[in-house]
Amino acid sequence: MSDLETFRAETKAWIEDNFPASLKGSSMGLEGESDESAKADFESWRQRLAEKGWGAPTWPTEYGGAGASDPEAKIISQEMAKQGAFNPIPLMAGMGVTMVGPTVLEYGTEEQKQKHLRGIASGEVRWCLGLSEPNAGSDLASLQTKAEADGDTFKINGQKIWTSGADISQWCGALVRTDSNAKKRDGISFVMLPMDQDGVRTKPIQLISGVSPFCETFFDDARAEKSDLLGPLNEGWSVVKRLLQHERQSQTQARPAGGGGSKPTLQEVAKGYVGTDESGALADTDLRNRLTHHLMDSQAHSLTTSRITAEARGQVKVSAAASILKNSATRIAQGKAELTMEIMGSQGIGWDGDNFSSEELDNVREWLWGKAISIYGGSYEVQNNIISKNILGLPENTQKG
Amino acid sequence: MAALTEEQSMLRDQAKSWVTEQFPVQKFREMRDSGVVARFTPETWQGMIEMGWTGILVPEQYGGSGLGYLTFGVVLEEIGRQLTASPLFASAYVGATAVMLGGSDDQKQAILPKVVDGSVILTLAVDEGPRHDPAKIALKAESTGSGYQLSGNKTFVVEGMAATDFIVAASIDDDVKLLHVPASADGVSREAMSMVDSRGYANVHFDGVEVGAEAVMGDAAVLEQVLDCARAGIGAEMLGTASQAFDMTLDYLKTRVQFGQVIGSFQALGHRAAELFGQMELSRSCMEAALQGIDADADDVSELASLSKAKVGDFIHEMSNQLIQIHGGIGMTDEFDAGFYLKRARVLEAAYGNQAFHRDRYARLLGF
Ligand SMILES: Cc1cc2nc3c(=O)[nH]c(=O)nc-3n(C[C@H](O)[C@H](O)[C@H](O)COP(=O)(O)OP(=O)(O)OC[C@H]3O[C@@H](n4cnc5c(N)ncnc54)[C@H](O)[C@@H]3O)c2cc1C
Repeated sequence: MSDLETFRAETKAWIEDNFPASLKGSSMGLEGESDESAKADFESWRQRLAEKGWGAPTWPTEYGGAGASDPEAKIISQEMAKQGAFNPIPLMAGMGVTMVGPTVLEYGTEEQKQKHLRGIASGEVRWCLGLSEPNAGSDLASLQTKAEADGDTFKINGQKIWTSGADISQWCGALVRTDSNAKKRDGISFVMLPMDQDGVRTKPIQLISGVSPFCETFFDDARAEKSDLLGPLNEGWSVVKRLLQHERQSQTQARPAGGGGSKPTLQEVAKGYVGTDESGALADTDLRNRLTHHLMDSQAHSLTTSRITAEARGQVKVSAAASILKNSATRIAQGKAELTMEIMGSQGIGWDGDNFSSEELDNVREWLWGKAISIYGGSYEVQNNIISKNILGLPENTQKG
Repeated sequence: MAALTEEQSMLRDQAKSWVTEQFPVQKFREMRDSGVVARFTPETWQGMIEMGWTGILVPEQYGGSGLGYLTFGVVLEEIGRQLTASPLFASAYVGATAVMLGGSDDQKQAILPKVVDGSVILTLAVDEGPRHDPAKIALKAESTGSGYQLSGNKTFVVEGMAATDFIVAASIDDDVKLLHVPASADGVSREAMSMVDSRGYANVHFDGVEVGAEAVMGDAAVLEQVLDCARAGIGAEMLGTASQAFDMTLDYLKTRVQFGQVIGSFQALGHRAAELFGQMELSRSCMEAALQGIDADADDVSELASLSKAKVGDFIHEMSNQLIQIHGGIGMTDEFDAGFYLKRARVLEAAYGNQAFHRDRYARLLGF
């Protein structure tokens, strides 16, 4: 057996031994489960994962990871999926596992790594990101929230918006202006601060999908330790650029149409609602054509993801093709939700109640939520700006500040 | 998916420099203007034979190098970039595939070495009407006891004027068979079809043509396999052609000045270029996956071939239109090469089934 095959066998066995059967196939939503025994099972599964370092398996062991290679991490998630298991920690840590952690690993001092990473990797500390402001969206560098040095701390004043999970997070990574005289991008720093303090107030914003996953965040003489400045003073722009790269990376995995496991494929769903002609073809020929376009795009996307992975092996430079993945994933996810809705007809546009199945209602939420994908993490248009400038070498078409 | 091997990358570089130095699009222009009937020059063809490209698919025991489909695709892509005209694809790719998949040992022994040395030029004759429809073959082969007698017509036969040997899809009773028919056989006649891309095509007529029983080279299943290989392979050439169109366009975006700035600084054009770049990368993955699928004998080659032909087809369609549009008036002139790429694009799209054909087929393969 190769090393990876051995690893796979060990992984499989460990999950069999440790994953509570009661949680099988259930989603990660159990976090808020009221049933006491399910809650206890969930908590013990989280603890076992954390001890094993599998909350963030690729991180070094001294910071709560398992020091796993990328292929090993992939095996862990594959084997979990096979057994109906799941890793709830990335979700529980908010922006911690996917964005803050990798950036701390890269830019953090030894003290910062010791202080912050274990809490993230175990799912015990949730992080939010205070980047956007009412007047600083795509043009993030125009942000105005101010931080002034005051003894061992920074005193922070200003307003953030769209801060996902701000009301339930313990820590925040915030982008603040530390030099108002410097050019836009040069006077910015990245600080980490606890949310539980007098100077921080959050106000949830309700979304079109009915949920309130994010907030307005107000800093009113809020405090951050100077030792929690990530990266050098006034060089927060390069820190956040790296952070956003991690964000994009975590968003490029388009879910294949139909999804894995027992979920029916989109074409099966379509056949169920729409019916077929005598040759077995979907009865609605226009829909059939557009569904085919979608499925082809989805397959092309996943083939591109694996091509990029194969080409990147052994090379430091990420191939230019990687730059297209976010927009491609966006088109597929949004397209899938729209198609599903169309396929389900009047059953696909329900808001709540017993007249609709959970699949029907879930898709409506997914459809609405999905509109955000082309806005956050660099909007669809901003992605195209980046490709045209950084990849194709065309002139800057957005005014620089 | 795997990345290209070092060997394949080297072949790419070699093909790129040979094509751009010896047979760039300027040579294609000269060939077009010369009116040569075969629609390629003997020097081009000879050069390819000497470099061993005719043997890339053919196993070593028959004089080739047996390097496989993805490797051939690397060469086809470079040829596609400069529109280098030759019977390489028709003969050493599609023809050789048919012999390898459907031929008897005797046929392989007799034909493949000659495909490699170029003394035989094979081509597959399948289409009969304006739309690719291999499920409806009307050309009839009737049993004569010792063999078959063929009657019917084929159209849009690639390199049909230069071919020395046809591999003909014929219906026999209710089945389809591939039959090997020398172009010199009694009752075979052909006339050139002058197509928009100035390349070699023919209408071929079979008027009571007799062949022996040993001419059979596979059945409907083999035909389908050969066609899938052809679809995957032509995708590589198409992507090469379209990538060149992309490069020409990008270059123009960076050099043409209007309103006091290069036109690539206009966001409408920058975004269009970004979208085209995305389509190019996505279709490349499909194309390479289809060729790798053939090499690996994967069980989803048909899906991948249709995926590739449709995605690359959509890309070359849009890219060839944008090539003209973004060049403005200059793009409309015959003196500039853009028109060659546009014309070639539509022919490549139609060959072995256009995008609509392959979307329909893909849906059927996926069960809806
Ligand atoms: C679900 C969700 C979660 C989020 N979570 C967080 C979070 O946790 N923390 C955080 O800090 N922020 C978060 N954001 C905010 C997000 O980063 C911003 O919404 C994003 O940067 C866009 O800014 P904006 O909303 O101000 O839109 P604007 O920048 O005002 O954009 C409006 C429109 O103009 C277009 N546009 C802008 N500039 C250009 C240009 N140069 N060229 C062409 N078109 C342009 C955009 O594409 C868009 O269509 C989240 C947003 C969403 C939707």
